[in-house]
Amino acid sequence: MPWYRQVYDWLEHRLQLEGPVMEAMVHPVPRKTASWWYVFGSASFVLLILQVVTGILLALVYAPSAAHAWDSLEVLNHQLPLGWFLRAMHGWGSNFMVAVVLIHMCQVFLFGGHKYPREFTWVLGVCMLLMTLGMAFTGQVLRFDQDAYWGLGIGASIAGRVPFVGGQLVHLMLGGPMINGATLTRFFALHVFVIPGALLAFTGLHLWMVVKLGINEWPMPGRIVRRETYMKEYHDLTHTDGLAFVPLAVWKDLFFSAAILLAVAACAAYFGPFGPKGAPDPTIINTVPKPDFFFLWLYTVLSYLPPNLETPFLLIVPPIAIAFLIAIPFVAGIGEKSWWRRPVAVFAVFFIAVCWGAFTQLGTYTPWSPQMHAWSGAPVPEKLLVNRTPLERQGAVVLQQKQCRNCHELGGMGGQRGPALDDVAGHMTEDQLYRQVLQGGGNMPAYGAALSPAETTALVKFLTTLKVNYAPAASDASRQVADADTGTAATGAR
Amino acid sequence: MEGPNNPLESEAQVRDISRRTLLMKIGIGLNALVAAAIATPVIAYVLGPVLKRKEYLDWVDLGSLSNFPVGETTLVNYRNPFTNSWDGDTANVPAYVRRTSDTDFTVFAVNCAHLGCPVKWFKESQLFMCPCHGGAYYADGSRASGPPERGLFTYGLKLQKGKLLINAGQMPTLQNQAGLGKTPCSGGDASVKPQIVARIEPCPGTDKSTIG
Ligand code: HEC
Repeated sequence: MPWYRQVYDWLEHRLQLEGPVMEAMVHPVPRKTASWWYVFGSASFVLLILQVVTGILLALVYAPSAAHAWDSLEVLNHQLPLGWFLRAMHGWGSNFMVAVVLIHMCQVFLFGGHKYPREFTWVLGVCMLLMTLGMAFTGQVLRFDQDAYWGLGIGASIAGRVPFVGGQLVHLMLGGPMINGATLTRFFALHVFVIPGALLAFTGLHLWMVVKLGINEWPMPGRIVRRETYMKEYHDLTHTDGLAFVPLAVWKDLFFSAAILLAVAACAAYFGPFGPKGAPDPTIINTVPKPDFFFLWLYTVLSYLPPNLETPFLLIVPPIAIAFLIAIPFVAGIGEKSWWRRPVAVFAVFFIAVCWGAFTQLGTYTPWSPQMHAWSGAPVPEKLLVNRTPLERQGAVVLQQKQCRNCHELGGMGGQRGPALDDVAGHMTEDQLYRQVLQGGGNMPAYGAALSPAETTALVKFLTTLKVNYAPAASDASRQVADADTGTAATGAR
Repeated sequence: MEGPNNPLESEAQVRDISRRTLLMKIGIGLNALVAAAIATPVIAYVLGPVLKRKEYLDWVDLGSLSNFPVGETTLVNYRNPFTNSWDGDTANVPAYVRRTSDTDFTVFAVNCAHLGCPVKWFKESQLFMCPCHGGAYYADGSRASGPPERGLFTYGLKLQKGKLLINAGQMPTLQNQAGLGKTPCSGGDASVKPQIVARIEPCPGTDKSTIG
């Protein structure tokens, strides 16, 4: 007997693991589930392991102290060999993991995998999704830069909206009166011990159930799940038309995992690590904080909600959404599994995906944020100043000087908070322009108190020149009638 | 189970088992007691940041009054009164001091009342603008536009021996004021819009801004 066989036998004699492990490995799975659609669960697991390993390696260097965390990331990025690569792997691994977990969830849902007897596997899966998102958020905090600092501020502001105990919650979350060293250590403990510990434990249970209950069979229209007969039907299916999981089905999982790991490494090598952006010094207020990719949709939603709906939305919708996800297998635990017979389910998945995509896309260019430097950085296009009177040119100066450009584009440059002003005189009369500038309204501040009369006049005169060539200026029909009656000229009034 | 001959079924055994289950139950109870006795004080450790809430606020010196020109809004930094030694820069806190007359001061927290991002002051347009979701505030801190539900948060303040002191110490959120003292916000009333009607007419004499 070769020596390694002897070692193996010696160990096996004491460990007694071969039986259960072999049983789990060669358990028969339905032939059709040996499909490329079934690889996302194992890929999520592989990514989790990747995160654990790269996380431990980063923790060898990372200093969870508010005064030093940022510096230690810089050291990782620039001074330690391949430190940047590990940070990049961990960061990209996180993005991939959230994505793959979400795909896994959609696939399971569309294939009816949440139905009897796998309800609890789904419930655990929902918890694991929440933990994955929790890891993504706490991880962003550990990258202790300006985004992390103000991201925490946003988290605290949301917690502060909880009725009655909001104030206490904020202090509990921050570990003190404000975002500081105690906050970082809290999130370090969450990110490194609490959530991963729970996540690994849940993963173990989740896998245990997958092995014990068997992989969800490929759904067929008309093959109805019934509590009384399902177990027997599944057993028959796997034993008449089944494959041993190892090695007949597992090779696709292995191939896909390798491809995913390679993709993470390629992204890491090509795009490099995320940040850290500016140092977490709250006195640097020239900052434009932005959340990580997976929270951009939330950023968008928060800017579009009407102010009085925001608190109810933030506090009520997440619990309802989670309760809804958990309730799915209990409400729809039997019946058809096939997506051909579940139009509502298919529609819901695509609807959510489209909303999420649209919100995320908006979040990448934040049309609701003023551009803080546009007033000094985005000039008035030259062609808008040709053939203008001195007063009108003075108005262009006022337009820049008073930060209008922070919210308004001219010639494609400037903020997008308000509408572009290139053609404003085409649809607004002089009177309407005065009103808009002085009184604001509809998300524009009133400038009445910040403009002198002379400035106002110049500004509005300039605005009235902003229209497409040859197009008529906007006019007020009622005014013409009134003026015709009284005999005054429409323009002479002012 | 192999019928009545099974030793487990014998009467003495059954009595023994029920005694042992009782002992086991007592054992579990003991552990629960010990665990509770140990864990209860630890809850105080975990909730510490909440239990200490009263100690967070303190008076902070922002320096001589002459640092703040009348009619201007100035950005200042102060060191938070309640710090850990490993806080680094995070214990430095910015704030805006607005001085409208010799004795009239307002000190605003930089945190937007919407979600806490740092607002930036533009003295030309007399506006605070928030980079996150586009909230804007007038010079007196009242809400001008955007998602915030209220005006900027203010600190309580007092003037003492030619110095400006503010009551500070915690991040302001909707239920935690920046500090004690004044009403939560000087200008939270959005219905009070700046005077505009008079300004449409060319008003003789001055073309200076009235605010600030
Ligand atoms: C905080 C951002 C912000 C600033 C600063 C701002 N605006 Fe606006 N503005 C808006 C928004 C938002 C609207 C759209 C209002 C609405 O929906 O009714 C708007 C609308 C307008 C309109 C009407 C445009 C149209 O096509 O309906 C004009 C004109 C205008 N602004 C001029 C100005 C001028 C002039 C200034 C500088 C004195 C200025 N704005 C500064 C946000 C801003």
